[in-house]
Amino acid sequence: MRFTTISSPHSDRPNSVSRTMLLVILALLPGALAMIWFFGWGILVNMLLASATAVACEALTMRLRGRPALPAISDYSAVLTALLFAVAVPPLLPWWLTVLGVAFAILLVKQMYGGLGYNPFNPAMAAYAVLLVSYPVQMTSWLPPEMLNEHPLTLLQAATVIFTGVLPGDLTWDALTMATPLDAMFTQLDQSRMVSEILMSPLWGDFGGRGWEWVGNWYLLGGLFLIYKRVISWHIPVSMLGSLLLVAMLFHFLDQDAYPFGLFHIFTGGTLLGAFFIATDPVSACTTKRGQLVYGASIGLLVFIIRTWGGYPDAVAFAVLLMNMAAPTIDYYTQPRAFGHQGVRRD
Amino acid sequence: MSDVSYGKLIREGLWSNNQALVALLGLCPLLAVTNTAINGLGLGIATTLVLVMSNATVSLIRNLVRPEVRLPVFVIVIASFVTAVELSMNAWFYELYKVLGIFIPLIVTNCAIIGRAEAFASKHRLTPSLVDGLAMGLGFTCALVTLGGMRELIGMGTLFAQADLMFGDLASGWTLSLGEKFNGMLLAILPPGAFIGMGLMIALKNIIDGRLSKRAEPARTPAAEGSMETGTA
Repeated sequence: MRFTTISSPHSDRPNSVSRTMLLVILALLPGALAMIWFFGWGILVNMLLASATAVACEALTMRLRGRPALPAISDYSAVLTALLFAVAVPPLLPWWLTVLGVAFAILLVKQMYGGLGYNPFNPAMAAYAVLLVSYPVQMTSWLPPEMLNEHPLTLLQAATVIFTGVLPGDLTWDALTMATPLDAMFTQLDQSRMVSEILMSPLWGDFGGRGWEWVGNWYLLGGLFLIYKRVISWHIPVSMLGSLLLVAMLFHFLDQDAYPFGLFHIFTGGTLLGAFFIATDPVSACTTKRGQLVYGASIGLLVFIIRTWGGYPDAVAFAVLLMNMAAPTIDYYTQPRAFGHQGVRRD
Repeated sequence: MSDVSYGKLIREGLWSNNQALVALLGLCPLLAVTNTAINGLGLGIATTLVLVMSNATVSLIRNLVRPEVRLPVFVIVIASFVTAVELSMNAWFYELYKVLGIFIPLIVTNCAIIGRAEAFASKHRLTPSLVDGLAMGLGFTCALVTLGGMRELIGMGTLFAQADLMFGDLASGWTLSLGEKFNGMLLAILPPGAFIGMGLMIALKNIIDGRLSKRAEPARTPAAEGSMETGTA
């Protein structure tokens, strides 16, 4: 009898790209389902439409580049990009904007730079930023969460609105949509109202916006699952959330009426989605551990700065894109010292 | 150097050595003013005028200027013509002049112009230099108008809006429009749109060049290409 001895490292199964992507999609599911629960069927329609567009664009570029399409599609990276995009955009976004955004993400941001592993920017966030800059009205038409929604739409109605733009019955966009908690907070702060005064509105739950905080919780759960599975390391989410919380608490401490409390920033907007699913994108983020700490902390700081003093309602996309640009430089300056080597002498 | 083929000069200026798409010179005005086709055309014509006149002058004085001081001399020549063009636009195309603003005086710093003075006009006789200036200027103008038209069409859904700034009241009806309900993509008008559009134009040019050379290749060396393919596959 022969025993084959295999030298280390030992791994229970090969760690492939498609397995990683599937795990991330799995981790995204609770949050995505919560989004559908709170914001209606439009999210589901957007997810399907975005995934179909992403796969079609991926196949198209593979054809243009003269490569087999199946391996590129079956690594699920395009689908993941599409799903991240779909949970970030408003539920009733017109279909052509979803198609435009995902096509931009896959064709220009990802494939134009050489495909998976070569894109310097996070495709989903680049597409989100492009659409937000280009079509601010459509990109900020959010629905109220389920418990505040007086006109819940059925799946068919949501699909009709998305594909034709015709609202059911005598509804108007103004009756249907509502400012997001983040938008409401900072718009009213600009009108020099006080935080305690703004928080009296039924829009607010225990930590952040009603509904939104629960979506955030489910993203948090998915993110912890990813850390447990070692798909992502803790460095980026912890440093990002930590620095955001720290700065927000500091400002809240200095002036309680002008700056909302720290947890508000964590549980509203796309913070938790961004911290666990977007900033941790292995391609466009930093790779060294010390670099990841700097990268995450800078994103947290930028999120606070852009939300508080910037003109756009949410800041995660812009913060992530800005730090994507800085990632190679951060990596350069934070390379770990190889064992047995002296530190680099800088004369 | 006296036997320059004019066909080659024109081909280089318009396509194979296009100052905007191949040499990537003069990008600052190229990216900044091309938010409409008419703005692009205006700046393109102004640049072409300066280019032709400066090429001619530099060619005429090429034997008088010592190499040590040639660059300051070229800059003075170019700056004089830019001033002349700027004053004429101020006089006759005042609205367009206001729209293009600082980018008219900035033609002085357009590398394409001093590049042609240094690389071509200072080494050639008058006529080839004139032809070179005209071809390079037209190539630059074509790139400006294409980029401007593309950005205008995507961003606002119109083409040749405000043509009356340049062609007078006669042209006020020239504007093509995709309709009132067209949702323009604002990004195309903003600076990132210029960079993305420029990149796409360069990519398109490279695709066309690739197709052309592929079409020309098999006719010349069918055997060599066959062996190449097995080697690289």
